[in-house]
Amino acid sequence: MHRTARVTFWLTILCVAVAGCGGHYPQSTLAPRSDLGLSIDHLFTGIFGWAVGVFIVVEGLLLFTVIKFRGRPGAQPPKSIHGHTALEIAWTLAPVLILVVVAVPTVRTIFQTQAPAPAGALEVDVIGHQWWWEYRYPAQAIVTANELHVPVGRPIELVMTSADVIHSFWAPAVAAKRDVIPGHTNYIVFTPDSVGTYTGQCAEFCGDSHANMRLSVIVESDSAFRAWVVDQQAPAALPDPKSLAGQGKAVFSRSACIGCHMISGVSAGVIGPNLSHVASRTTIAGGEFPNDSLDLALWIANAPDRKPGSMMMRMNLTPADLQAVVAYLRSLK
Amino acid sequence: MSERTGWKSWLTTVDHKRIGLLYFWTAFGFFLVGGLEALLIRTQLARPENHLISAQTYNQLFTMHGTTMVFLALMPLSVALFNYIVPLQIGARDVAFPRLNAFSYWVFLLGGLFMNLSWFVGPLFHAGTLSVAPNGGWFGYANLTERQYSPGPNIDFWLLGLQILGVASLAGGFNFIVTILNLRAPGMKMMRLPVFSWMTLVTSFLIITAFPVITVALAFLMFDRFFGTHFYLTSAGGDPVLWQHLFWIFGHPEVYILILPAMGVVSEVLPTFSRKPLFGYTVVVYSGVLIGFLGWGVWSHHMFSVGLGPIADSVFSATTMLIAVPTGVKIFNWIGTLWGGQIRFTTAMLFSLGFIAMFIIGGLSGVSHASPPADLQQTDTYYVVAHIHYVLFGGTVLGLFSGMYYWWPKMTGRKLSEPLGQVHFWLTLVGMNLAFFPMHLIGLLGMPRRIYTYPAELGVGNLNLVSTVGAFLIAVALLVFIFNLWRTRTRGEIAGNDPWGGATLEWSIPSPPPVHNFDAIPTVHGRMPLWSEPEKMKQHGPVGHMHVPPGSIWPFVAACGLPLLASSLLTHRLWLVFVGGAVLLVGIYRWAFEPFEV
Repeated sequence: MHRTARVTFWLTILCVAVAGCGGHYPQSTLAPRSDLGLSIDHLFTGIFGWAVGVFIVVEGLLLFTVIKFRGRPGAQPPKSIHGHTALEIAWTLAPVLILVVVAVPTVRTIFQTQAPAPAGALEVDVIGHQWWWEYRYPAQAIVTANELHVPVGRPIELVMTSADVIHSFWAPAVAAKRDVIPGHTNYIVFTPDSVGTYTGQCAEFCGDSHANMRLSVIVESDSAFRAWVVDQQAPAALPDPKSLAGQGKAVFSRSACIGCHMISGVSAGVIGPNLSHVASRTTIAGGEFPNDSLDLALWIANAPDRKPGSMMMRMNLTPADLQAVVAYLRSLK
Repeated sequence: MSERTGWKSWLTTVDHKRIGLLYFWTAFGFFLVGGLEALLIRTQLARPENHLISAQTYNQLFTMHGTTMVFLALMPLSVALFNYIVPLQIGARDVAFPRLNAFSYWVFLLGGLFMNLSWFVGPLFHAGTLSVAPNGGWFGYANLTERQYSPGPNIDFWLLGLQILGVASLAGGFNFIVTILNLRAPGMKMMRLPVFSWMTLVTSFLIITAFPVITVALAFLMFDRFFGTHFYLTSAGGDPVLWQHLFWIFGHPEVYILILPAMGVVSEVLPTFSRKPLFGYTVVVYSGVLIGFLGWGVWSHHMFSVGLGPIADSVFSATTMLIAVPTGVKIFNWIGTLWGGQIRFTTAMLFSLGFIAMFIIGGLSGVSHASPPADLQQTDTYYVVAHIHYVLFGGTVLGLFSGMYYWWPKMTGRKLSEPLGQVHFWLTLVGMNLAFFPMHLIGLLGMPRRIYTYPAELGVGNLNLVSTVGAFLIAVALLVFIFNLWRTRTRGEIAGNDPWGGATLEWSIPSPPPVHNFDAIPTVHGRMPLWSEPEKMKQHGPVGHMHVPPGSIWPFVAACGLPLLASSLLTHRLWLVFVGGAVLLVGIYRWAFEPFEV
């Protein structure tokens, strides 16, 4: 009986502990889903093990010394010891040895993770903007934003630069992190190993809405990815001119929208995200809001209010025009 | 001899002890300001999707928290101890250049006020907000800080303020190098110099070599912003990465400028309260010097995500790991000092022991981002925020508190309350671990730094709440300390010359020391003169006339010229250039030709 109670008690503790640690952390660096993520995680686990070991030994030694040699009333004054050469050599060499053990796999991983992309890798050009991500697939002639679609199991090469200030592309589970710098080209090469949606965000402070510059990497099966490519390559949808969406297209075409946004066959702006297939994306505004009618309407009506510093100005549209533009954008699958 | 009372005497003082106190109170004031900024940051982050503070204000808060803590609080708190203690430790009557010392202080004060004025002067710049405080981060990465991306006066306040403060640091650095090299008491060879003075020397060399680099970097930025050059602009062939190299070539030695003085304090406190000489004095000194040298070869470890290539990454990784060796050696020698001692757990000792315990954690997390691939996940996340706070709070701040409890009796004649000190220590230790330990996890679980809000889906809301509670606990601990300072003014136990049984020269003279410090400059024959020959170190009253430098108003006047010059650039007013230049030149001229009172 007692025994059962004790086992139950410890099992409960264990469950609570596991539940506490097993929460859902979509942006965790500790759950790698690519070869790149795995090699980094492997290296970090090794370093972490050494760190814990050193921590226990040195903090333990400190604590032991402090307790053992605590002052006692009436004790003899301690002997003056000025040093010990053999000890000095020993505790210089010990950290050197540990660091060599850490440095060797570090250098190996540096060269392994920064190797050029293998032949047949899918190239995606990443361009950082204040405060959203642009993705261009040169071989597929696709331009999209914020949501990076890639096939599982195929090497991906991100070729990255910035249109304005320095950003940093960080998708912890699959792509780790690399700065995105104007005038420089940086690369991330990785092969995702599991289908899923992995979130990330800009990691280098880039101004007012740095916090609102999110992204996701959508790893798909090969067939799903190919279907997505076909959809994206199609010309933008052409709604019936008499429908609400059709009226929206007319409003869009005569408004300031066209100055910044591209919709194939309609407008040629390149400052903001390409909207040719905006309805195929799940979020808007640099991953900040869901892509639904309400959020789209609020966003178009007053973007600076919803996203600090937003480059997109307030659109002074009548409610009817706003409804129409939203309907049009929702039709651009 | 000049006046010793009244506010005028403080304005004209050139006494290193009074300047030390001025540094202390000013830096402590800025420390509270930086702490308040931290509390606002933590309040905002206590919950996900919190909209208490706007993005713009938050960006100003974290920029000014970092800038204030590094340049206006921790560095000058160390300088306060340099000022008060180093001349006493080496047996000198003052620093080598007393009026330059006063100039350093006034430039520091005015530079700090200049930068913080930006919180209140928005309307002068038609900014539409009260505050135009700096908002580009304490590291101010170009090209975000260029006029094109930061059009307001915010970055101008930051770069001009830092330029002013740099003058104070450089003047102070030269002063302490000359003081320590030239004004040591007879017999005090370099290898008999107390370790705190040694670390002051190393720090001063780092200051005079590191600050010119940021001065150049800031001058480039100033030219870009005001005169249309393109040092950091890609459009005309410049490169924003140049800023990062220059900033971190300064920035990493700066880290050691912040930590070495605290290591010096610990190396004084541990021997006193274990009643044993420092274990491996030579090794501790040389590892401090080595850390100072190696600190110049590691800057690119702040830039592992920049894409410098595998060879550069490997080299900087190796040099960074190498620096862990002398640091580890110091820790082992401190433990060696404790070993076999009679440890007295005074508040000063607790803070020094806390320093070692916390610095080990900061050092170990540091090794994990010395490895570039691992750093690719950690850099710019809360994991690094945790690391720097274990080093700069767990290290520097605990070390400085240790120094304050240790030397407060020397500086004021009264001991701080021990019971209140113990409460202060334990609250600080618990508070800092609650505040900063969860940040390791927050970072590893995917939260970047410098974001004013985060989505609930990240799953780090509760960890952030714990961190915020910890931050407020640190604030409570600080209130206990302030109460202790206030209470000690009238009710603190009278200290006498040597309340702790210290071994170095400062304990041979009255507390607070007379204006001339030593009645007769002692001759020393060892590292711990008060332990080896206490009788010879006794003071016997002043012998004849003591020359002490007279006060002077001109360092203060000269210092006023610098913020005026900065304001001229800030407000585009040419006439202010002439006013500021005239004040500076007249101040220096009168200072140079001031008649000597003897």
